[in-house]
Amino acid sequence: MVTLKELTKEELILPGNASCAGCVTNLSVKLALKALGSRTILVVPACCTSVIQGVFPHTSLKIPVLNIAFATTGAAASGVVAGLKAQGIDGITVVGWAGDGGTVDIGIQALSGAAERGTDFIYVCYDNEAYGNTGMQRSGSTPLGAWTTTTPQGKTEPKKNMPFIMAAHKIPYIATLSPSFPTDFIEKFQKAKRIRGPRYLHILIPCPPGWRTDPAMSVELGRLAIQTGSWALFEIENGVFSISTPSRPFLEKTRRKPVKDYLEKQGRFRHLTSQEMAQIQLNVDETWEYYNKVNQAKICP
Amino acid sequence: MARTFVETGSHVAGLAAQAARAQVVAAYPITPQTAIVEIIADLISSGKMKSQYICVESEHSAMAASIGASASGARTFTATSSHGLAYMHEMLHWASGARLPVVMAVVNRAMGPPWNILPDLGDSLSQRDTGWLQFYCSSHQEIFDTIIQAYRICEDAKVLLPVMICFEGFVLSHTSMPFTVPDQEALDSFLPSYRPGWKLDVENPMGHSTLASSDYYMELRYLMQEAMDNARELIPLVDREYADKFRLPCHGGLLDEYACNDAETIVVSMGTIGSEAKVAVQNLRETGHKVGSVRVRAFRPFPVDEVKRICSKVDAVAVIDRAISFGMEGQLFTEVQSALYDLEDRPLAMNFIAGIGGRDVTEKDIESMALQAAKCAKEGRIDQRVTWYGLRR
Repeated sequence: MVTLKELTKEELILPGNASCAGCVTNLSVKLALKALGSRTILVVPACCTSVIQGVFPHTSLKIPVLNIAFATTGAAASGVVAGLKAQGIDGITVVGWAGDGGTVDIGIQALSGAAERGTDFIYVCYDNEAYGNTGMQRSGSTPLGAWTTTTPQGKTEPKKNMPFIMAAHKIPYIATLSPSFPTDFIEKFQKAKRIRGPRYLHILIPCPPGWRTDPAMSVELGRLAIQTGSWALFEIENGVFSISTPSRPFLEKTRRKPVKDYLEKQGRFRHLTSQEMAQIQLNVDETWEYYNKVNQAKICP
Repeated sequence: MARTFVETGSHVAGLAAQAARAQVVAAYPITPQTAIVEIIADLISSGKMKSQYICVESEHSAMAASIGASASGARTFTATSSHGLAYMHEMLHWASGARLPVVMAVVNRAMGPPWNILPDLGDSLSQRDTGWLQFYCSSHQEIFDTIIQAYRICEDAKVLLPVMICFEGFVLSHTSMPFTVPDQEALDSFLPSYRPGWKLDVENPMGHSTLASSDYYMELRYLMQEAMDNARELIPLVDREYADKFRLPCHGGLLDEYACNDAETIVVSMGTIGSEAKVAVQNLRETGHKVGSVRVRAFRPFPVDEVKRICSKVDAVAVIDRAISFGMEGQLFTEVQSALYDLEDRPLAMNFIAGIGGRDVTEKDIESMALQAAKCAKEGRIDQRVTWYGLRR
C-alpha cells in the first residue's frame, strides 16, 4: 500500500490558481499528477479545470494540456494517442480529464467511441453532479432530489450510472475514487497507469458553491459520501467487480451511517421531505444489495 | 518515377494523402466521400501507407481527433462531405483557432432536407468564416496537386491554418480521369516532414488553447487574418514551384484565368463548372464573342486583387454559383461584387444560380449565361441581378 510520504514532492499543479475555495478538483489534479508523473498529457474539455488552469499567458499546470471543445474529450485524446504513436513517441500517459456534463451527457458519444476502439488512454470523469462552470445546472449525473438552477424543485430522475455504462464496453479497468481517501485514490491512478487500453476513473467531487456547503467541509463530505454508502469505491478489473478497502465495511448495512447525515449537510437537499429522504435511503440500500451480489460473485455488473 | 493512373476523384484524394505521408487519418464515412475512407483503409492495411487510422464514431469526433493528432505534432488528413462537414462546424473553428495545419478533402454535396447526395457547393461555402483556407478543384490532377500543395502552404510558419480541398461529388469523386503522380522522392523533397513550431511535448510543456481574455483575443484573431494574407501570397508561388518541379500544368494559383486578355465578358465560377466554362468560351469565341473565364480556385483567402485586375477591363461579369446564401445571392457573387466595388469603372455583374442539388450545367447553359450578360452590357442595364437558371415555375 502506498503511503503519502513515499509520494513525489514535485507539484505539477501550482498554488494560487483559479479554483474556488474548498475545491477538491484542485486536490484531485494534484494527487492524480503525483501518481501519473510529468510524462503525462492532459486533454481537457470545457469544465472547471479549463478555469483552474488560469488565464493566458499564465497556466497552473506543469504538463502539456490540450484544451478542447466540450463534446470531444474521448475523440481528441484518441487523436493525441494516434499522433504520438505515428511519431514513435512512447512512455507518455494520455489522460482525458472531463467533468460530469462533459462525460455523461455531451461527451458520452466520443468517450464510448474511444473505449470501443480500444484507445490506450485514461479517461477521468470528475463528478460534482452538475454543470458547475456555468453555475450549477442539472446534468445526467445529478442525483435524485438535488436542487440545481434548472431543477429548482429538486431533480426527479436518478443519477446516470456511468461506471457501469463503461463496464458494458468491456474495457480493462474501471474504478471509482474519492480524494477524501488519498491512498486509495493514488493507488488506483498508479494501477491505471500500468494497464494498457481504455481505463475509466470516476471521482466524486463535493462542490461548495454548487452543493451549498461550507468550503472547509469538502473532504469531510467526501468521507460521509462513502460512510453513508451514497458513493461507493470499487474497481472493475477485466470484468471483475470488487469493492475497494475504504468502502468494504459498508457492504454490511448496519455499518453504514444514515444517508440523512450526508444529505442534511448540503444546501442542495435542504428542501427534501422526510419521505423523500427515506426514498433516497431505500435506493442506496438497494444499490448496496446489488454491490453485495456482484462483489461476492466476482462478476461484471 | 512519375506514374499516370486512371482512377476516380476519391481514389486521387486517398493517393494524395498517402503521397503527402499523412501520419494520422481520422475519418467517418458519408456519401459521396466514403470511397476516400475505404481507399485509405486499404492503403494502410496493405502496408502501402504508414499511418495511424482512427475509425471515429462521428465527423465531430473526426475533426476533434484530427486536432488532437495535429497538436501532438503529426501530419493529419481527413475527409468529409455535406452533413458531415456541417456536423464538424464547431471543430472547424477549433482547428483554425488552435492554428493546426489539418488538411481535409471535402466532397461537395447538397445539404438536406430533402435528402440529396448530388453536387452543390453550399456545404463548404457555409463554412466560409471558420478560418480555413478553401480550394475548389476542377480535375483529378488538381485534386492531387492541391492536397500536396496544401500541406506546403498550411505548414508554413507564416500560415498555420487548416485547409479544405473541395471537389464536387460524383462529377469528380465517382468519375475516372487520368492523372499523374510525381516521383515520391521528388515529392518528399517538395514536401518535407512536418516540423511543428510547438506541440504537446512533455519536455516542453505548454497550455494549448487555454482561456484568453479580451486583452489577447482580438490580437489572436488578427494573427489569423494576417495568416490568410500570407497564404494569399504563398499560394501562387507554391502552385508555380510545383508545376515547374514536376513538369505539370500550373492551376493558376489563386484563380485560373482563361482567354481574359481581350475579353469583354467574363464568366466567373468555381469547381467543375469552371472547366465547362472553358469549353463554352471556346465555342463563343468561334462565333466572334469576346468572352473569358475566371475559375476561382482559392475562395479563402479570396483573390480580391486578381479579380479586380481581370474585371477592370471588361463590360460584364457573369458569376455562376452552385449554391445560394438564402436572403441574398450566390456566395461567390457576393465576394466578386465586393472586390469590384473599388473599381472606378465597374463592369455590370449578374449572378446565375445553377446546378444546385446536382442539376447538370452544360457548356450550352454557360454560353447562354455569358450571352445574357453581354447583352445587358450592350444595353447598359441589368434586368435581373440574380437569375435562377433553368428554374421551373
